[in-house]
Amino acid sequence: MELEASFLTIAWFIALGIFLPVVALTVGKWIRPNKPSSRKAITYESGVDPTGEGWVQFHVRYYLFALLFVIFDVETIFLYPWAVAYDSLRATLGVWVLYEMLIFIGLLVLGLAYAWKKKVLKWE
Amino acid sequence: MDVFFYLGPIILMLLLLGFVTYAILFERKVIGWIQNRPGPNQVGPWGLFQTIADVLKLLLKEDVVPGKADRSLFKLAPIIAFVPAFAILAVIPFTETWQFGDFAVGLLYYIAISSITIIGILTGAWASNNKYSLLGGMRSAAQMISYEIPLVLSVVGIVMTTGSLDLNDIVLAQKKVWFIVPQFLAFLIFLIASLAELNRTPFDLPEAESELVAGYHVEYTGFRFAFFMLAEYVYVFAMASLTTCLFLGGWLPLFGLTMIPGILWFLLKFSLVVFSLFWIRATMPRLRVDQLMQFAWKVLLPLSLLNIFLTAIFKEIPVLSSFY
Repeated sequence: MELEASFLTIAWFIALGIFLPVVALTVGKWIRPNKPSSRKAITYESGVDPTGEGWVQFHVRYYLFALLFVIFDVETIFLYPWAVAYDSLRATLGVWVLYEMLIFIGLLVLGLAYAWKKKVLKWE
Repeated sequence: MDVFFYLGPIILMLLLLGFVTYAILFERKVIGWIQNRPGPNQVGPWGLFQTIADVLKLLLKEDVVPGKADRSLFKLAPIIAFVPAFAILAVIPFTETWQFGDFAVGLLYYIAISSITIIGILTGAWASNNKYSLLGGMRSAAQMISYEIPLVLSVVGIVMTTGSLDLNDIVLAQKKVWFIVPQFLAFLIFLIASLAELNRTPFDLPEAESELVAGYHVEYTGFRFAFFMLAEYVYVFAMASLTTCLFLGGWLPLFGLTMIPGILWFLLKFSLVVFSLFWIRATMPRLRVDQLMQFAWKVLLPLSLLNIFLTAIFKEIPVLSSFY
């Protein structure tokens, strides 16, 4: 199949994916009851009246995990083309392909080890 | 071809809704049997209409949007969560000819698009303006991004062996032996990480009923809630299909039994994977949140990196190199 046709297929899949919830929710609107009241609109906290805002502060470690994620996700962007081309690179460049990737991953693993030692990975 | 182009995905969507309906029933049945009880058996013979009744009930429920919520984002979130779940199915090769979009980068597309759902979950969690849902959503995001790394890295070994990201090529490369054998370590990592990606027990912390009420979708009612659930089960479908293609040889027959059509082989392996997901759910207790995050970064990530180099080393060993 041509590349363009494949992209069209994906566009059609996305369109259908939007279509289903929109239609289902619109049809639902016609048949479901709608009796709003001020009590129903209260934020649900297991029956206790909520105090303060719902947008509370959360722990900084979420950001640290997000940073680690970005580092290793970018690494995979480099790993994938390398893996696809591995056989042909191995044939032309020799084992150096492997050593280079070892060095690259080694640097990132050093970062992981540092985070490990700094107890970033520990979740208390 | 044009008719199939437009009708195919619609048929797939209907099949998918059927799958989800009966996967939920099957899951409840399986868990029931494992816990020595019959499971749902009241609605229809053998409980066959149980899920349909549940869906109708959800459809007839009032749609409550909390007063403090960010209304537009609140309404948008289930759609953001559902669309990528359906869009990734475009690249799954069900049989040699039965594939919607034949992409050279199918695997990459799958991985890239499937992570968009995290944004939908976070949007819903934040827009609800509820402490529990925000905490649940943050936990969910932290868990999903942590386990995405080992999931993605474990597949690199397969890509090295195949030399392609095209799922068709990956399936065809398993003619000699399925990747579950030479890439067994990768399979284990992939299975564990995919369970965590699917937010299923033992990794269902974002939902942890006993501590977080219900996680990121506490405030959702009726059909909006149903779409979060639907997205989850569509991911079960997609992840089981991907596992089948990557490790179990897709539509390829076993023991050279070529008279059985490929689609049946695919369905057989696929059902096996789905069953194992339910089986694991019924058998394992839930992890603690501190164990969960450490396990991803301290165990699975180093192991998946190791797997890449093991694959490279095995490629050098003369006897083994034909498998890698």
